[in-house]
Amino acid sequence: MIINGVTIDATFAEAFPMKATRAIITAQNEKWALISAQAMTGFATSVIACGCEGSIERILDPSETPDGRPGVSVMIFAMGGKGLAKQLETRAGQCVLTSPTAALFAGIDGGIRIPLGKNLRYFGDGFQVSKQISGKRYWRIPVMDGEFLAEATTGQVDAIGGGNFLVLAESQPQALAACEAAIEEMRKIPNVIMPFPGGVVRSGSKVGSKYKTLGASTNDAFCPTLKGMTKTELSPEIESVMEIVIDGLTKEDIAKAMRVGIQAICDLGAANGIKRISAGNYGGKLGPFHFHLQEIMA
Amino acid sequence: MSALTFTLKHRTAQRVDMSPLVCHLLKELKVADIAALTLQSGKHKLRVDELFTIEGSDAQNIVIKNSVDNLDFIGKELDGGCISVSGDAGAYLGFGMKAGELKVSGNAGLYAACEMKKGYLEIAGNTGDFLGAALPGNKMGMKGGTVLVKGNAGERVGDHMRRGNILIEGNAGDYCGSRMTAGTIAVMGQTGRYLGYAMHRGTLLLWTQPQLSASFNDCGAHTLAFLPILFASFKSLNSRFADVSSAFNRVQRYAGDMSETGHGEVLVRIA
Repeated sequence: MIINGVTIDATFAEAFPMKATRAIITAQNEKWALISAQAMTGFATSVIACGCEGSIERILDPSETPDGRPGVSVMIFAMGGKGLAKQLETRAGQCVLTSPTAALFAGIDGGIRIPLGKNLRYFGDGFQVSKQISGKRYWRIPVMDGEFLAEATTGQVDAIGGGNFLVLAESQPQALAACEAAIEEMRKIPNVIMPFPGGVVRSGSKVGSKYKTLGASTNDAFCPTLKGMTKTELSPEIESVMEIVIDGLTKEDIAKAMRVGIQAICDLGAANGIKRISAGNYGGKLGPFHFHLQEIMA
Repeated sequence: MSALTFTLKHRTAQRVDMSPLVCHLLKELKVADIAALTLQSGKHKLRVDELFTIEGSDAQNIVIKNSVDNLDFIGKELDGGCISVSGDAGAYLGFGMKAGELKVSGNAGLYAACEMKKGYLEIAGNTGDFLGAALPGNKMGMKGGTVLVKGNAGERVGDHMRRGNILIEGNAGDYCGSRMTAGTIAVMGQTGRYLGYAMHRGTLLLWTQPQLSASFNDCGAHTLAFLPILFASFKSLNSRFADVSSAFNRVQRYAGDMSETGHGEVLVRIA
């Protein structure tokens, strides 16, 4: 399949079941809601070493937030419910509780309930106040700038992590420009996050390593500087490869995000140095969710 | 199906226990069976059809017409459905109510919403003492749900209240929020003496500056984030509490009762 001169490989992205949650952070203004959200989802690019994958899902209009203030929706994904709950609580405690004017609300009403402000309330040292409003419990925790308001719980749901595609370009600036265009479109899709820095990852990995202690190592088949010394996947004109990883609540959400992302890249086309779109997989043996690129773009 | 309507024929000399006439108890009964039910009135038992003209058959939607203030226990332990009272209600209106909706077009007597657990109770007129309170000797008053009083309330509103909302558009009498454990009482009008007497926790939300006991301490003026959420939850009510102009988030906060644990609060609107 070729779209606007860009070859879409006959391959698929392999993804895994994860657990996900969503929280809404509001603040006095969008600037401070974003600061808090960025802190909460910092160092959350990959479950391999961060314990979770998280990112800002989208910026919310005051009319969409529970307290009518500017807000940001963040999503966090982890391999299991226990790990997710721990990450959520730790990050909420260190990054939102501490953030000036911030308040924290559930972003998922259903699902298994996991603590949001439920345990953070103990920071109030007995001065915390519970309020149950319209069936939801909120904790008012006295802090030095006033009160930190946090909903007691949020929902944990089944989700999918590891949807991905690779952008193969003639130069590094062209690969990055294409990824930026894709991310801009993908961020408009609800229920998905692209957890790597700016949504883009330049260090795609393969399973295993020559070093016994490492479970993953650089994806040498897609490293342009190794074209002459490894079993490469790259043709001579490819000078740079970047990857976009997508976590989402459902298979449809991820497929939709992949479609708009790849389309945005194809719109730039071969004229802008984009040669191929490929995807990372493990032969289909590890992850139960397969996203076939050509089916998605059909 | 039209609403199951009980129209009172005459006022009895003695008070009447209306507790059998609730939606969940009448659900499976035919009109003839309902007519044969007996209601305690003083020492006597009266057949329902002796007291009321019965019309309609939808037991999930009960209407009590010509109601007077000696009909007690209307909506007792109501567990779903809707009861609409045209006229006044006696004591113990919505006693131990578990779910559903109960509306009174007139006034209500003592102990309305006493030990109420859930649901919605609306009183268009005034109500007597001990609104949302616990029975004498009991330690837990209202445990949930919402009570709206469009008129005034008597003394001891929310005595031993534990959870839920009591909203009063008019005035509240003395000892409002006494011995409160938690929950919210909002009063748009005036409040009496001994506000929040011996309250442990909970919120008294006021539109006008009250006369506070010495055991309430001023914590200063604050903008509180939970208030917009609280007011938003009132939006569906047919009440002044639903008006956007009634909402505020800037309050003077007083903590008390310091003669108790002191974790309760009186929040007074800063205009």
